[in-house]
Amino acid sequence: MPKDHGIGASPKRREDVRFLTGEGNYTDDINVNGQAYVHFLRSDVAHGKINGIDTSAAAAMPGVVKIFTGADFEGIGGLPCGWQVTDKHGEPMQEPAHPVLAQGKVRHVGDPIAAVVAESVEQARDAAEAIEVDIEELPAVVDMKAALSEGATKVHDDLTSNLCYDWGFVEEVKPDVDAAFETAAHVTTLELVNQRMVANPMEPRVAIGDYSRGTDEHTLYTTSQNPHVIRLLMGAFVLGIPEHKLRVVAPDVGGGFGTKIFHYAEEAFCTFAAKACNRPVKWTSSRSEAFMSDAHGRDHVTKIELALDADNNFIALRTDTLANMGAYLSTFAPSVPTWLHGTLMAGNYKTPLIHVNVRAVFTNTVPVDAYRGAGRPEATFQLERVVDKAARELGVDPIALRRQNFITEFPYATPVAVEYDTGDYHGTMDALEGLIDRDGFAARRAESEKNGKLRGLGVNCYIEACGIAPSNLVGQLGARAGLYDAATVRVTATGSISVMVGAHSHGQGHETSFPQVVAEMIGIDESQIDIVHGDSSKIPFGMGTYGSRSIAVCGSAMVRATEKIIAKAKKIAAHLLEASDADIELKDGQFSVAGTDKSVAWGDVTLAAYVPHNYPLEDIEPGLEETAFYDPANFTYPSGAYACEVEVDPETGKVTIESFAAADDFGNIINPMIVDGQVHGGIGQGIGQALLENCVYDENGQLMTGSYMDYAMPRADDVPFYAVDHSSQTPCTHNPLGVKGCGEAGAIGSPPSVINAVVDALQSGGHDVTHIDMPASPSRVWAAMNK
Amino acid sequence: MSQVTMTVNGKTASGDVEGRTLLSQFLRENLKLTGTHVGCDTSQCGACVVHVDGKAVKSCTMLAAEADGATVDTIEGQAEADGSLNTIQQAFQDHHGLQCGFCTPGMVMSTAALLKDNPKPTEAEIRDYLEGNICRCTGYHNIVKSIMAASGQDVGSIAAE
Repeated sequence: MPKDHGIGASPKRREDVRFLTGEGNYTDDINVNGQAYVHFLRSDVAHGKINGIDTSAAAAMPGVVKIFTGADFEGIGGLPCGWQVTDKHGEPMQEPAHPVLAQGKVRHVGDPIAAVVAESVEQARDAAEAIEVDIEELPAVVDMKAALSEGATKVHDDLTSNLCYDWGFVEEVKPDVDAAFETAAHVTTLELVNQRMVANPMEPRVAIGDYSRGTDEHTLYTTSQNPHVIRLLMGAFVLGIPEHKLRVVAPDVGGGFGTKIFHYAEEAFCTFAAKACNRPVKWTSSRSEAFMSDAHGRDHVTKIELALDADNNFIALRTDTLANMGAYLSTFAPSVPTWLHGTLMAGNYKTPLIHVNVRAVFTNTVPVDAYRGAGRPEATFQLERVVDKAARELGVDPIALRRQNFITEFPYATPVAVEYDTGDYHGTMDALEGLIDRDGFAARRAESEKNGKLRGLGVNCYIEACGIAPSNLVGQLGARAGLYDAATVRVTATGSISVMVGAHSHGQGHETSFPQVVAEMIGIDESQIDIVHGDSSKIPFGMGTYGSRSIAVCGSAMVRATEKIIAKAKKIAAHLLEASDADIELKDGQFSVAGTDKSVAWGDVTLAAYVPHNYPLEDIEPGLEETAFYDPANFTYPSGAYACEVEVDPETGKVTIESFAAADDFGNIINPMIVDGQVHGGIGQGIGQALLENCVYDENGQLMTGSYMDYAMPRADDVPFYAVDHSSQTPCTHNPLGVKGCGEAGAIGSPPSVINAVVDALQSGGHDVTHIDMPASPSRVWAAMNK
Repeated sequence: MSQVTMTVNGKTASGDVEGRTLLSQFLRENLKLTGTHVGCDTSQCGACVVHVDGKAVKSCTMLAAEADGATVDTIEGQAEADGSLNTIQQAFQDHHGLQCGFCTPGMVMSTAALLKDNPKPTEAEIRDYLEGNICRCTGYHNIVKSIMAASGQDVGSIAAE
């Protein structure tokens, strides 16, 4: 019988009622009295020198309040990068300036040149068209290999080249890795592209700046996954606003998927302009603007080699990756191809020797940063594709080859710097095999073939590293921020509770799942507990939600704060019961003296805390409110095994997903319904990457996929129902809930099995196809079959 | 500027609009009915779906002036008179058919239009009908399931609860 409340139950989501009735409060739904509107004039060339900007005609247009250009931001900080990677020679990465509005040059289509503030958005737009910009177009750098070639045009004139960094990991073992390849019985090599993606949360970004001369206080309403990070970055590094004078509010946010982590120029602009114009300034992105201004994701080109011994054991792995940074360094961009990618290359396997090389490259394209999974999907795709290719080359069963090389003993220190605390890779593979009816595949394939179709089955494994930590370690790796989180548990006199959390919910359902934990710990009803998030003036300084960290990091902080509450409440109860606090037990919201029938209720204790008439004032303070910061000792390592079955139409090359199965190990699960939903969504995005989505630039740096007309988002008829299983559970050993992150798993784990299935289908039709790059669109699949 | 008048969620609503004002804009800005969302500018995403004279319409594709005199229903008018969720809304909550909630108003309005014409759609018919509504969070699994449940179909056998 499933639980109906507390940890492990699936209560209906409380946030749904407002979303289902149109009562949500998204940033664009907020209007501040007297607000003006901003429209950004963006570069329509990929690379150019700005010779002059004439705003005089535009300034005279109706409704124009003020026009800003890069000159208005001279002497003001640029957008900071939050992670400094050190290259293989011990040198810091090249780090270009990133002005709020372009200064001297534009470096990608969409780079903001000027901003018009006007009485209406239409007037702002009309006036922007009247701005005359004299741009001398320069050759655009688009292809990464060309960008690194001798004599290539430089994206940033003040840097020595377009190379951001050349990172080797772990550089000291490279000779050993190379030596292992010399002696290998078999080497499988694969060159592949992990294409550029656009995160595309359905809510476009919005920013509203507000400023009060009376109090010298700034407020920024913004579509952010982490309001405190924005406050710190923008306040301290861009605009120089003391943090206590800056409030950042991220209300209901319509999806993030990574791209709403970063601090963007538009946020800084609206905050700055609100003071300069002395009135609120609002910007709402159009979808077209989003395509050319939201940070993109992925965009890696990789060569991967796997060395096996004569018994098919993996003995070494070697990769060489080019990672696109785009034109500037977005907030966490440098960390994605390095510490979020290289550390994943062991995957589920006990490969003893691994070397990863990554060269990060500047190009005249939109900056690239974390998108759901961030580095981990790229690692998993390479690894699970090369393992599958090896199985085919060796003529062995792809599941058996994986099982043979699984890590089976934990904790396990990988050769790529991380230590997996727990996992059961055979367990998740067993669960997967329970979902997919492998024995029936031959009959299903025969049936497809009878209908003139090819059928393929692909499997893959994944491990993920989420809740990146601990802070002192990531500091050594180049992070310019801490990676803890925080929670404040505020109990009222009548016993209800507000929990202020640093995590931000933009679809994850924290308002439902977080109270389940506190309710379980105290033994009161979940309806007595509310979560407060998204407003820097209300919540403690936390780092927000990304990297599948919320429950593992912020949830742990909430547990620690609740433990402090319970410890204090027991002291109060001991006083009321005239007993020793060591003898007080808390169960189902009742404090009792062990071995007696004496008890007081939760509400009696909370009332005593705030009306301390009968209270040990000499020993403890009145009130019941506690804060905890939690800095994890390690990442959490969810893992799983996924399978996809596809049908390919040889006439058209169209791939249809016939079934998709996912078996994940997330450790302990707070709300199974929400966890399943997270996996479904990740799979949907992974199938999108595998079959549909592709952000394309032409050789001049023009964005060819600038709207939903050109960028193929997955629709309901592109995907099937998914079979998911979360029965394999190895709890995390180092956080109090034993939980692992679940938000990105689906997106990390799903692309390889789709492509493995497509290759399987094509090979079953006698086609000599060993790899197909994503997206496996009909034209690509057809071309591969007819080469 | 010209004045438009329409019946929105059963009440008469008027406002002055420019010729270029979209129905979505009129609903959000003039009437403050911000439940109708705008997720794209090419009439692809479907977050802005409302009903105009009983038909599902992407309100970003229609000028406010074109809706002059029409009956318009939005997400704000879908709940029961006592404020409780209607059958479709309740099914979406019961089956976790939404996450961030941004596409949800459009999904609910499209579902209402679908079920009016086709009270018991098959899975394939639902997926086909939702071609014009994009969701980035759910992978559509629980949306399709919610719609099947809202139409009174047994969803217990669908994989993965």
